[in-house]
Amino acid sequence: MSRGLQWIHALAQGPEVAGFPASVKVIDGELDNRPARFIAVVPDPHNPFPRARQGEVGVLEGWGLAKAVEQAIEADKGGQPRVLVAVVDVPSQAYGRREEALGIHQALAGAVDAYARARLAGHPLIGLLVGKAMSGAFLAHGYQAQRLIALDDPGVMVHAMGKTAAARITLRSVEELEALAAKVPPMAYDLANYASLGLLWERLPVAAIEQPGEADTASVREVLTRALRDIGDSRDLRSRLGASNRALSSQVRERLRAQW
Amino acid sequence: MTDVAQLLHSRSFVELSARERAKGLLDAGSFRELLDPFERLMSPWLQAQGIVPQADDGVVIAKGTFDGQPLLVAAIEGVFQGGSMGEVGGAKIAGALELAVEDNRNGIPTAAVLLLETGGVRLQEANLGLAAIAEIQAAIVELRQFRPVIGLVAGAVGCFGGMSIAAGLCSRLIVTREARLGLNGPQVIEQEAGIEEYDSRDRPFIWGLTGGEQRYACGLADAFVADDLQQMRDALRAALAAGEPVQPRSRRHQQMLGLLGGLGENCPQLDAAQTRALYKGVLQ
Repeated sequence: MSRGLQWIHALAQGPEVAGFPASVKVIDGELDNRPARFIAVVPDPHNPFPRARQGEVGVLEGWGLAKAVEQAIEADKGGQPRVLVAVVDVPSQAYGRREEALGIHQALAGAVDAYARARLAGHPLIGLLVGKAMSGAFLAHGYQAQRLIALDDPGVMVHAMGKTAAARITLRSVEELEALAAKVPPMAYDLANYASLGLLWERLPVAAIEQPGEADTASVREVLTRALRDIGDSRDLRSRLGASNRALSSQVRERLRAQW
Repeated sequence: MTDVAQLLHSRSFVELSARERAKGLLDAGSFRELLDPFERLMSPWLQAQGIVPQADDGVVIAKGTFDGQPLLVAAIEGVFQGGSMGEVGGAKIAGALELAVEDNRNGIPTAAVLLLETGGVRLQEANLGLAAIAEIQAAIVELRQFRPVIGLVAGAVGCFGGMSIAAGLCSRLIVTREARLGLNGPQVIEQEAGIEEYDSRDRPFIWGLTGGEQRYACGLADAFVADDLQQMRDALRAALAAGEPVQPRSRRHQQMLGLLGGLGENCPQLDAAQTRALYKGVLQ
């Protein structure tokens, strides 16, 4: 069973909402006594799209995520917007001919659009990283969140591209790429370097990341609750700015404002 | 005008630099660049890797007017590092869009056009590029609540990676025959899935599947324009006037899930013609 599937069931503890592709799991639960929708992308060995059978975000998953989030926006209109928790364990977007032909970029845009509008509509949005959070897959599922929380584990990883492909595109050997990644924090594949960019709100250790027990589940829910309270009424991504390894992202904004 | 006269007056858009493109689209004399190259805000990460940085980090941010209305232009220079998004260039686009949102909150109806010539994340700044793209996407969605955000992919680089998702978020998208639009670059697909799945050297195959003409025919772009500055301005005018679509492309999960469900339990490979037939009437 994938990490994403383990964690969504541990955290949400309810029946899966029907009407989604088998690779998109949606469970309505609660967080801090507030309705919360938990969403995960999981492997489906029978996925009609062969390049999306290992938990990748492909066309079905992009549009499925869009539906999961749009449904929550629609249902909560005029009432209290439910919390959205993206449980992130996505090895990559789907790389394939079918996907490009069908416009996988548009499917992922569907997911991003829904998540971003949910946030703007007042749904507190939290990303919980329990496995890989790679590239376009992470953009579509998690990267619009106001608070990003990562379980501290070598299998939890944020990056733009796998090592082999990244080496090919930048005309380097994998060894050269690894040597540079050790010196350049944004290129690194480990969580400590990622945390130095200021994009993570919190990292927390768990005892058994593959099979969360009661204690792990309770401590993760406690952090999710604190994140929810920390979000308060805010609807933007501003809390990500401020780290010294990301100083220019702030400087550029300040100087743009001065010249605007 | 006769065809010959038209040809003589034609000015290529694709051949222009990012700065010239921005200047050419805005009303004459209204172009004002923000954080221009003399500000020397460039990538510290490229220098650390022995790569020569560029004084504008490959992104031109300009304010001006279009038909007298305030317009923000964010133009990516495809010639520098494949138009890749690093920390500085990404923050320039995200920050400018965020300020355009503020303009609208303050009663100034600033719209935006994004000139997308980009391979996506700059792998030398990997996670900072990815984070910046998430913020660009957030800002596009927010600005669209006030004024249209128009995407324009002219070529020759095309629009890939996280920025293709940004293109999919635009209110309206303009493409040319030279444009390509897709999530994954051909080389990456070939690397990850093998040459039988995707042959990165087969150019007719790639353009046929992801080129501007095909994307337009499938309804994944709204306007298909010749490589001509005047026609580009006309297309931009039409796109801004049309404004937000009644049902934006990025919100068609219902139709799309229905369509994908019809492809069976084991989706066959699709060629360009099959995809066009499939999409007829679904996205247009």
